[in-house]
Amino acid sequence: MQGPAFVKINEVSLVYQQQEEQTLAVEGLNIDIQEGEFVAVVGPSGCGKSTLMKLVTGLLNCTQGSITIGGKPVNGPVQGVGMAFQNSTLLPWRSTLDNVMLPLEIVEPHKRLLRKQKKMYIEKALDLLGTVGLRDFADKFPWQLSGGMQQRANVCRSIIHEPRLLMLDEPFGALDAFTREELWGVMQDLWMKKKFTAILITHDLREATYLADRVFVMSKRPGKVILAKEIDIPRPRTLDTTFEPHFGEIVHELREHIHEVRVS
Amino acid sequence: MNEKTLIKLMPWLVTIGLFLLWEIICVVTRVETFILPAPTVVFQAMVKFAPQIAHHSLQTLMTTTAGFALGVIGGGLLGVFIGASRLVYVGLYPVLVGFNSIPKVALVPVLVIWFGIGTVPAIITAFVISFFPIVVNVATGLATIEPELRDVLRSLGASKTEILTKVGLPRAMPYLFASLKIAITLAFVGSVIAETVASNEGIGYLMLSASSSYNVPLVFAGLIVVAVMGVVMYAVAVWFERRMTGWAFRGSDLMS
Repeated sequence: MQGPAFVKINEVSLVYQQQEEQTLAVEGLNIDIQEGEFVAVVGPSGCGKSTLMKLVTGLLNCTQGSITIGGKPVNGPVQGVGMAFQNSTLLPWRSTLDNVMLPLEIVEPHKRLLRKQKKMYIEKALDLLGTVGLRDFADKFPWQLSGGMQQRANVCRSIIHEPRLLMLDEPFGALDAFTREELWGVMQDLWMKKKFTAILITHDLREATYLADRVFVMSKRPGKVILAKEIDIPRPRTLDTTFEPHFGEIVHELREHIHEVRVS
Repeated sequence: MNEKTLIKLMPWLVTIGLFLLWEIICVVTRVETFILPAPTVVFQAMVKFAPQIAHHSLQTLMTTTAGFALGVIGGGLLGVFIGASRLVYVGLYPVLVGFNSIPKVALVPVLVIWFGIGTVPAIITAFVISFFPIVVNVATGLATIEPELRDVLRSLGASKTEILTKVGLPRAMPYLFASLKIAITLAFVGSVIAETVASNEGIGYLMLSASSSYNVPLVFAGLIVVAVMGVVMYAVAVWFERRMTGWAFRGSDLMS
């Protein structure tokens, strides 16, 4: 790829220290991500995918190597990154709208402007909820929403403050297959509209192939990248795309690599 | 009768049933009144001594709510400190557990030396006994924020104070209100103990002086009044809980 990388992961290793025991979670990890790129990281469970996510956001410090975002080294929690987890972690005492607006109360400059331009921000949040089909549910509380709706709201909350980097840790993992496939489309629409950089952690190979520009396959612990696969399927991709032979070939290739690392 | 009205009536039916059973046992066994007075005798005593009972129970209600209020404020604040800071937690928790293990009756003589007999030891005893469950519950509510949620907030750049005010405190509210229900009944235990040992006023004192003159029906009348006050205050706590943290109940209609 061309140009300097937006997210640069350079020879990163992480050692977990638990009492006497030392675990090498990831080792010699190299990943470059361009601005506006959508990448997915797949691998067998326990390969350090979620560790990678914590490293990039600075919630964990790497033992060796370095990570830079937009040229700046990461040491300590990176500010203004969007994050969405499998567990939607919406706040049950806030309405959907108030949940989505939570980052605006924390991230500058919105924090400063929120009180004066409340109307504008509410409109913005409602529009965002509209793009995922939740506008009519803005006043409902999270526990009044279905799992899929909660996850849509969760995704909205993670991008309302327009982060340059969005981290997704199996955000659709707990949903049923139909809802999950539907949300792939929603996610792609959002990304094509807002053009943020996204890192998706998943163990669903079809999900990775559908959404990502590039898919990284990680080995089992200690995790390192064993394959970087360019997904050359034109956008917007649809559910029909997933039934095309080329899509199947890519998924198959990824599957073979995962299988290799699992049995080796 | 449909199930809904039955559910509403059940507490009353059970209470009346218990009193009936008590009455029947007294009549059948012909137990002496100064050992176990029948409910009818107790109610007669209640009517007969109504002015005294009213005076002393008001005193008890006052000391209990005062001690309870102090417990809510002090326990709530300490709970926030303990829940928010690992250091404070590690340092204070063993001390708190140790302090809570002291029988509160043993404290009353000390309080009498410090403050004399009367209202103050009763308030303080109600305070120290209702304090602990509030601290523990508030601290638990704060300490059990989901790690993912904490990560989301930290990666947004939220400060510790912001995490506390936006998530910690609202999240601790149901825990606080759950503990209030326990704390208010404990507060009655505390104030009545202190009044029994060291006071000239309050239901505890009334029961002690009644028992020393073998007026056992009045002793039982005092017990019933304390129980009724406890139930009423409990109901008030539940009412507050439902109003303040309705989101934590999601439409169930149980009392606790």
